[in-house]
Amino acid sequence: MTNLYSAPRQVNTFKGVTLPTYFFSVTAVAAVILSWLIFTVLRPAGDEEYEINIALVAMVGIIIFALLVFVASLRVEGRRKAIDRLAGILVTTAFLIALTPLVSLILTVVTNGVVRFDADFFTLSMRNVVGEGGGAAHAMVGTLIMTLAASAVSVPIGLLTSIYLVEYGSGKRLTKWITFFVDVMTGIPSIVAGLFAYSLFEILLGPGTRVGISGSAALTVLMIPIVVRSSEEMLRLVPNELREASYALGVPKWLTILKVVLPTSIAGITTGIMLAIARVIGETAPLLIAAGFSNDFNFNLFQDRMQSLPNFVYYSYVAQGSNPEAYLDRAWAGALTLILIVMVLNLGARLIAHIFAPKMSR
Amino acid sequence: MADEPAERALARTAGGRASERPGDRIFSGSARSAGTFILVMLAAVSAFLLVEGFPALAADPSEVGLFDGENFWQWVFPLVFGTLWAAALALLMAFPLAIAIALFISHYAPRRIATTLGYVVDLLAAVPSVVYGLWGGAVLAPALQPSYTWLADNLSFIPFFEGPASGTGRTILTAAVVLGVMVLPIITAVSREVFLQTPVLYEEASLALGSTRWEMIRTVVLPVGRGGIISAAMLGLGRALGETLAVAMVLSATGVITVNLISSVNPSTIAANVALSFPEAYGLNVNALIASGLILFAITLVVNSIARWIVNRRADFSGAN
Amino acid sequence: MSMRIEIKDLNVYYGKFRAVEGVTMDIAPRSVTAFIGPSGCGKSTLIRTLNRMHEVIPGAYVEGQVLVDGNDLYGDDVDPVLVRRQVGMVFQRPNPFPTMSIRDNVLAGVKLNNRRISKSDADDLVEKSLRGANLWEEVKDRLDKPGSGISGGQQQRLCIARAIAVEPEVILMDEPCSALDPISTLAIEDLIEELKSDYTIVIVTHNMQQASRVSDMTAFFNIAGTGMPGKLIEYDTTEKMFSNPSVKATEDYVSGKFG
Repeated sequence: MTNLYSAPRQVNTFKGVTLPTYFFSVTAVAAVILSWLIFTVLRPAGDEEYEINIALVAMVGIIIFALLVFVASLRVEGRRKAIDRLAGILVTTAFLIALTPLVSLILTVVTNGVVRFDADFFTLSMRNVVGEGGGAAHAMVGTLIMTLAASAVSVPIGLLTSIYLVEYGSGKRLTKWITFFVDVMTGIPSIVAGLFAYSLFEILLGPGTRVGISGSAALTVLMIPIVVRSSEEMLRLVPNELREASYALGVPKWLTILKVVLPTSIAGITTGIMLAIARVIGETAPLLIAAGFSNDFNFNLFQDRMQSLPNFVYYSYVAQGSNPEAYLDRAWAGALTLILIVMVLNLGARLIAHIFAPKMSR
Repeated sequence: MADEPAERALARTAGGRASERPGDRIFSGSARSAGTFILVMLAAVSAFLLVEGFPALAADPSEVGLFDGENFWQWVFPLVFGTLWAAALALLMAFPLAIAIALFISHYAPRRIATTLGYVVDLLAAVPSVVYGLWGGAVLAPALQPSYTWLADNLSFIPFFEGPASGTGRTILTAAVVLGVMVLPIITAVSREVFLQTPVLYEEASLALGSTRWEMIRTVVLPVGRGGIISAAMLGLGRALGETLAVAMVLSATGVITVNLISSVNPSTIAANVALSFPEAYGLNVNALIASGLILFAITLVVNSIARWIVNRRADFSGAN
Repeated sequence: MSMRIEIKDLNVYYGKFRAVEGVTMDIAPRSVTAFIGPSGCGKSTLIRTLNRMHEVIPGAYVEGQVLVDGNDLYGDDVDPVLVRRQVGMVFQRPNPFPTMSIRDNVLAGVKLNNRRISKSDADDLVEKSLRGANLWEEVKDRLDKPGSGISGGQQQRLCIARAIAVEPEVILMDEPCSALDPISTLAIEDLIEELKSDYTIVIVTHNMQQASRVSDMTAFFNIAGTGMPGKLIEYDTTEKMFSNPSVKATEDYVSGKFG
């Protein structure tokens, strides 16, 4: 009978030799030092401006660390453990790599955005402003109006659709088509939605039309599938026993939905809606196409172009006038405002879900 | 679901059939119309794009200023290439990272911080694309530029790094990195859910055979989650294909076909091209741009359908039984 | 192959909660020992400490010793992974890997240990393990079909084949038949009778008749009340435990007065 174990029997076959815990910290430090040395030695002769790039030192340091740990583990602990350790290092490194752009982004937006984060920015428009000064108030108003209008259409339609899918339509063929196409529409590129809205209003109101309501139409196309998907999930979570209890009391179906199902899932639905708003509030491309660019306040959805906050950031960056720094400062301030709005919406949505969700068994 | 006949029976005993109640009829009617509206909307999008895009296809190419002497297909092909190329590069960078991070959160991180880490990754997803574009153009491009110079100086024999290096760092590679960062959270979030849902039963079976953590992941978590991972990748791909701002703000585009990653001559994507050219476009140029948008729509439709098909096909071996 | 197990004053904790208190018992090699007792008495918890699987749950730890052939499983420097390679386990619900074929399932544990195993060696091992689990005749023509495509009883025997393919010292079985129909249960009980000539087997079971049919020694565990730790009440030959137990609680449980 072949002994399939490659290792010979030791005194205690359960004991494995493991690398001591201090090994890892020591090796980590050694790796960084080694990496730094490499870059110092590699300095091209006579290059006065040679700066040691910290990011590179860190990267090479991690590689050296991984190699050292792997080789040591291979010799001391065996192949399987060595591979396990290497996998752990790789996975952790991946996470650190992912953190880097996020940290960099937040840091830059905050440090650059506070420069123009002042009262003027929130109250003035860009009317007659060339160079310094001015603000994004008109853009914020535009975003608010267009997003509200889009929500006013998307939320009822999206919610009603999800109600149809869950409460009325199970097993029907129409449901299958709707579900399939909702999935398809969640993947629609936002610029295509913008082009559609533009085409629609071009036919309705003539070529070259750029108007607030067109922007809302584009946002609606993007919002509806998101609202449908999340509401559908929430409605499905409501246990059937609740519905049956209501029917058994003689309550008609539509009232059951209105008074039992919806209130039970309202927290989750609200969360979904807030997340959908957070998604579309940052959309630039469709509004660029459909709502156009403006320097002025515009409170009328149905007339004239309307500026939006993401668009404001875009144009401030892309079309820096005679005073690039002023435009850039405004762009960063706008970016900071956008991030704050989106974060507040996201965190608020999660808080609501956490606090108000009825305790359901998962 | 068997609640239809049951509920009708219940309603009958309560007096009156469900379908005859006016309240129910109005409500269910509205619900169904809302559902149908979605189908109408999708049809409308396709129809309008077709109607508005068609004139550019039908017209004499010389009349369309944008085409610059070529016909529609010659004009749009480099854009299609750029779109696919940028998305492929982004996915190449983002996908392995996303899987690793999802594994980190689901199987390596201590339970208590795992949820927080999930939120952090979701935060990345919430950042609007225009902010990514701003960061990409103003921060990332200058930061990567020295690397491009180094690559052009040392590795220019590889076609990807032929150079000459861009002076601003605003190349297709930088744009792909930004795209990758944008797409990463989506792939991570979906994969994370998939990994967390690996049945404990199979994980314990593997551990009881004496496997290490990585071996358990390799033999159970990844194979069982294969369908979910693929659909996550497809979702990410779809986002990358349609992303406009990140590319428009980061890339200095010339619209040619090239695999040179580090020079200032770069292909453009359909979406970015539309964003950049649309505001000043007039006449048939507008139609041409809309037609290119239709092509992009078609591409993303195909990608999404393939994703769904793959997921369905893998259902038997996924352990979903 | 097959070793004696000595449990010395073992206490099992989940965080601050003591789930099992002060167990001391010896399990002879090449025997079948059954753990019986009412729900929640800690028998599943205890059996999982014998291959350190309880550590999969965060916060679970033990005090005391478990010696397998004189070596303490909980000594310093002991690697749980090495423990599990020599103490195999079969679970309550059959869990063949769904993404692998029957053949690959049997070889799963072996492949982890030994990268290079020749195809003929592998084939021999598959046949030997499946024969050892009384499954060979039924699946020999569909070794490449998915492991999840066979009946529940066959799946459980596949898990047993997978466990014995690595040639462990001990096989632990945590209520292996509770998810199976009576005919499959009988098949597995016959299998246990055959396996005991080569392995030390510990089986947790809810079914007293099964314990009396299958085991040589029986350990009865009980729990004083909810929130209290489980304790070993009596441990003796199966014959004595079921006909003439020394402790009243044992007699009550065995005769069906509670549990």
